[in-house]
Amino acid sequence: MTTVPLPFRRNRRRGGRDGSMIHRPNFLVYGLLIAFVLGSAFPFYWSFLVASRDSSMLSERVPPLLPGGNFLSNAAKVIDTIPFWKALGNSIIVSGTVTLTTVLFSTLAGFAFAKLRFRGRNILFVFVVATLAVPTQLGIIPLYMAMAEFGWANELEAVIVPNLVTAIGVFWMRQYTVEALPYELVEAARMDGCSMIRVFWHVCLPAVRPAAAFLAMFTFMQSWNDFLWPLVALDATNPTLQVALEKLQSGYYVDYSLVLAGTTMATVPVLIVFVLLGRQIVAGIMQGAIKG
Amino acid sequence: MSEATLDVGERSEPAHRASAGSGEPDRRQPRSRPTFRQRLSQWDVKYSPYLYIAPFFILFGVVGLFPLLYTAYVSLYDWELADDTPTFLGLENYVTLFGDAQFWNALVNTVSIFVLSSVPQLVIAVFLAALLNTKLRAPTGWRVAVLLPYVVSLVAVGLIFSNLFGSNFGLINSLFEMVGLDRIDWQANRFASHIAIATMVNWRWTGYNALIVLAAMQAIPKDIYEAALVDGAKAVRRFFSITLPLLRPTLIFVVVTSTIGGLQIFTEPKLFDARPGLNTGGSSGQFQTITLYMYQSAFENLDFGYASAIAWVLFVLILAIAMINFVITRRLASTGEDR
Repeated sequence: MTTVPLPFRRNRRRGGRDGSMIHRPNFLVYGLLIAFVLGSAFPFYWSFLVASRDSSMLSERVPPLLPGGNFLSNAAKVIDTIPFWKALGNSIIVSGTVTLTTVLFSTLAGFAFAKLRFRGRNILFVFVVATLAVPTQLGIIPLYMAMAEFGWANELEAVIVPNLVTAIGVFWMRQYTVEALPYELVEAARMDGCSMIRVFWHVCLPAVRPAAAFLAMFTFMQSWNDFLWPLVALDATNPTLQVALEKLQSGYYVDYSLVLAGTTMATVPVLIVFVLLGRQIVAGIMQGAIKG
Repeated sequence: MSEATLDVGERSEPAHRASAGSGEPDRRQPRSRPTFRQRLSQWDVKYSPYLYIAPFFILFGVVGLFPLLYTAYVSLYDWELADDTPTFLGLENYVTLFGDAQFWNALVNTVSIFVLSSVPQLVIAVFLAALLNTKLRAPTGWRVAVLLPYVVSLVAVGLIFSNLFGSNFGLINSLFEMVGLDRIDWQANRFASHIAIATMVNWRWTGYNALIVLAAMQAIPKDIYEAALVDGAKAVRRFFSITLPLLRPTLIFVVVTSTIGGLQIFTEPKLFDARPGLNTGGSSGQFQTITLYMYQSAFENLDFGYASAIAWVLFVLILAIAMINFVITRRLASTGEDR
């Protein structure tokens, strides 16, 4: 944890003296970065632009560069065309549940792997790491057959249950707990007569809260954006937001002002969350990278 | 910092165990007959860890490992949905598959799209990381900005770029025409469609990978650069002789993980079709990928046996690469602990 920021702060001070380790950014660096960010942002802008006009703009010779005034009417059409509110509600239920259970189970398992002694701990953890590379997505055919058997076809359980906890979550929480939770604290709590589960709740959880928060954001986004399995497991009457969005595009004639209005409506909430929490997400990704 | 914490941890671990085992039976009871509460506490110490890790293992077994293995079983049958008496075929599905031109077409498409998306992406990500590694004003702001596309769902990316690459009214073709280039039919032309799909992947993932590379760059000890500076190495030379070699483990890691994801690419080609809703990957399968073919076989043709054979072949392919991944991840992890 603490190893990451330290060298960074140090070379900030030192960089000024020799000016060479870390370059002082010049006009060119800023220019390239701005070009890159504009390239990243442009598709957002473009989809809002199309969403706020009507489809006839797309056939104009010179495409307009400013938004029009039709966004609300297009949005209303989206709500008429697909079960937007139901899809939004479903996505919130699915992603919310999956996030809650993933964080809880991952933190529990991470605590056990990091701070408790039990037979087979190391080999079991190696197994968790190995499963990171297993493309479980390829098992969707028997999974679909099983869901049909359980009577969960087209029910939200079908998309929630397979994602209750992930290997990446367990791995991430274990790596963090190893460093963030001193053994002395666990011991002291045990001496005071805490049961294991109370040690977890009152000692471990507060210590690993930043990592749990990052895992929550990451899991929520992952679940919110998931497409292949929800497409298989759910149908158009009870979709998640992503599955419903795809249905906007179906048919011989594609009304892009409608499609991209739906896309904008589904993306803006995530964007707002990202702008608010972007700092933590960036820090989490970079810490994860350091730990490998 | 971290070493110190770990050291203390290693030393105090036996003590922790001892305290849990013998710290409590002391006050009134003779040692030989632990009370129920004490026994409960011992069980707590002994079995709780298994309880805590159980959810992951049970879930992985039931919805991860079992379906994957069962896929191999289904692939030996002529099996349709709700089929109570599937016919055993042996390896016939695989024989058909290896003689299936559509499968080879999908394999070539998958690899082509993967190469077009991973190579430029890696180069740009390293370059971008180098830019971000300078002393910028508001460094976090730039990092957040670069990561922006990562939050957009694959479906949204697919829809937006299908519009941008539209053959008649797409913005890209309009721009081509404005500067005097020919329009390209991005859907019909096989290579052009691969470029368009690779562009979606690149757009969404380059910033994310740049942050991972940036983190690795910042972990390079500054003394090495100082030594090179004393020896008179110029900035470009320092980049190629120091930065790049030291980034290698991270770069391999990025490549291998994106391989596992890239070989399963599904959403982008599915949404790119000029006639949406189809699973053929274009009018003549010019951008159908393996996962898309699997999806078509299972949920459009309802041939679960054949689709399972496709899934299993792709799985073995990915497993081969995952082995490499595993070895590399272990190496990365062990260097991490040395730090």
